Amino acid sequence: MLEVKDLQKSYEKDKPALTNISFDIKPGTFVAIIGPSGAGKTTILRSLNQLIKDDGGQILLDGNDIRTANKTQLRKYRRQIGMVFQNYNLVERLTVIENVLHGRLGYKSTLAGVFGRYTQEEKEEAMSLLKKVGLENFALQRCSELSGGQKQRVGIARSLIQHPKVILCDEPIASLDPASAQNVMELLKDLTEEYNLICIANLHQINMAKKYADQIIGIRKGKLVFDENADLLSEDILRTLYDQDITKELE
Amino acid sequence: MQSPAKFLKHKGWHQTTIIALVGGIYVLGSWFLKFDNLNGLLAIPKAFAWLGVNFRPTANSMEYLPRIWQKLIQTVLLAISSTVVAAIISIFVALLGSKVTGINGFVQTLVRGVASFFRNIPLVAWSMILLFSFKQSDFTGFLALLLMSIGYLIRAFMEIIEDEASETMLALKATGANYFQVIFQAVLPQILPSILSWILYMIENNVRDATLVGILTGTGIGFIFDIYYKSFRFDAAGMTVLAIIIVVIGLETISNQIRKVIL
Ligand SMILES: Nc1ncnc2c1ncn2[C@@H]1O[C@H](COP(=O)(O)OP(=O)(O)OP(=O)(O)O)[C@@H](O)[C@H]1O
Ligand SMILES: [Mg+2]
Repeated sequence: MLEVKDLQKSYEKDKPALTNISFDIKPGTFVAIIGPSGAGKTTILRSLNQLIKDDGGQILLDGNDIRTANKTQLRKYRRQIGMVFQNYNLVERLTVIENVLHGRLGYKSTLAGVFGRYTQEEKEEAMSLLKKVGLENFALQRCSELSGGQKQRVGIARSLIQHPKVILCDEPIASLDPASAQNVMELLKDLTEEYNLICIANLHQINMAKKYADQIIGIRKGKLVFDENADLLSEDILRTLYDQDITKELE
Repeated sequence: MQSPAKFLKHKGWHQTTIIALVGGIYVLGSWFLKFDNLNGLLAIPKAFAWLGVNFRPTANSMEYLPRIWQKLIQTVLLAISSTVVAAIISIFVALLGSKVTGINGFVQTLVRGVASFFRNIPLVAWSMILLFSFKQSDFTGFLALLLMSIGYLIRAFMEIIEDEASETMLALKATGANYFQVIFQAVLPQILPSILSWILYMIENNVRDATLVGILTGTGIGFIFDIYYKSFRFDAAGMTVLAIIIVVIGLETISNQIRKVIL
């Protein structure tokens, strides 16, 4: 269970980027965060694993507040929270399997991590996860040789090997063609169910949000304006969210 | 907030002013130095003709080759060793000083300042200063090249880290990896090709500079060039220059091949 209470953040004085954001998410739920550009979606997502230090509120993961954790504790929370990026953020020169194994670093001693020493089980798990995302034949290929959709699936495998409770995706399909985008969304949706995850994705495509998400959170100018079951997203709400008619997007 | 039109107009004015200023300084400068522009220009071909006649190696200059060759190797080794040591030091310093991997604002500013200091003192000045303490020796040349290279490489490496490693670094930080794990697993592998490319460039550059430094420190190829030149053995001096050019071009070709493979 992820509970966010009264989350606040301002990058500059008197210009709040987030004001009193609160929401709850149950395990096994795929959540889409939607809202116009600059609304604060990335800020929310990065606060959830404290890549951005917010200014106030609570972020409870199974009842423990991530915000008050010290460095060592934060590392332990972070390894339970996977992250998937718009630009994949892989080490392009390394092989696919090495990039997947990076997801284990949070569990390793400094030295084992520095020298990239992984156990047999970790390697086997990396292979089985690659199979799951459909890349078992690419394990020893360099990431720079993959397509965007394949890279994103490597990114997803890297987050899965963390054994996460939560996966955060910041515009996971913004750089992908429509077919790869569908493919990645379906994968995320299936994984959410299979592993009983909390998966939170920032999306600009409302039709995708509607199609795949269980719960939708709408953010406008740093404020939460919608937090309901995906079926309840109406044109009226979209109009207030984006300040204009976007009926076509819904179809 | 400025309007774009106003900003662009402003920028246009800036450019005009700068061009006018540079032109003005040039005119003023040549008047001040009583530099005759036309005759200066005409003197260039003449200078080359003189070079061509006097510096042409002859059959006799061949006997100098073994000695030139030996000194040249010494100089190339000096350039390579100073660059490699400089690169190792610079990587660590750049990691401490870059905006993405750096420790804090104070250290970042300090590193930038030190790098800029080393870079902006001319190589000749470094050699002169070091000559006081270390006398005429290979080590003086090594140190001068080292300090200069460190100045350039720290700056270059910091920019490479900031441009190329920030995204992967963020991703690994998010997995719960600690600082050293992120540096060794994400930052270093990611920046390796660009770093090697800079090291190769710096070696080429240092071979040329080592020649100059050698004149001052009395070592390497620069030293024998100086001797030949001052004793009016122009053909041998010409032979030396030719050898340097061939080696530099050779090194450049090799490093371009290496670049093709690693990039
Ligand atoms: N590092 C920063 N420094 C200052 N202001 C920032 C910074 N990052 C974000 N902001 C501001 O905070 C607000 C929210 O930004 P955020 O990146 O969270 O928006 P977003 O909803 O993710 O937008 P997009 O859909 O374009 O990615 C914006 O007004 C932005 O200008
Ligand atoms: Mg964003």
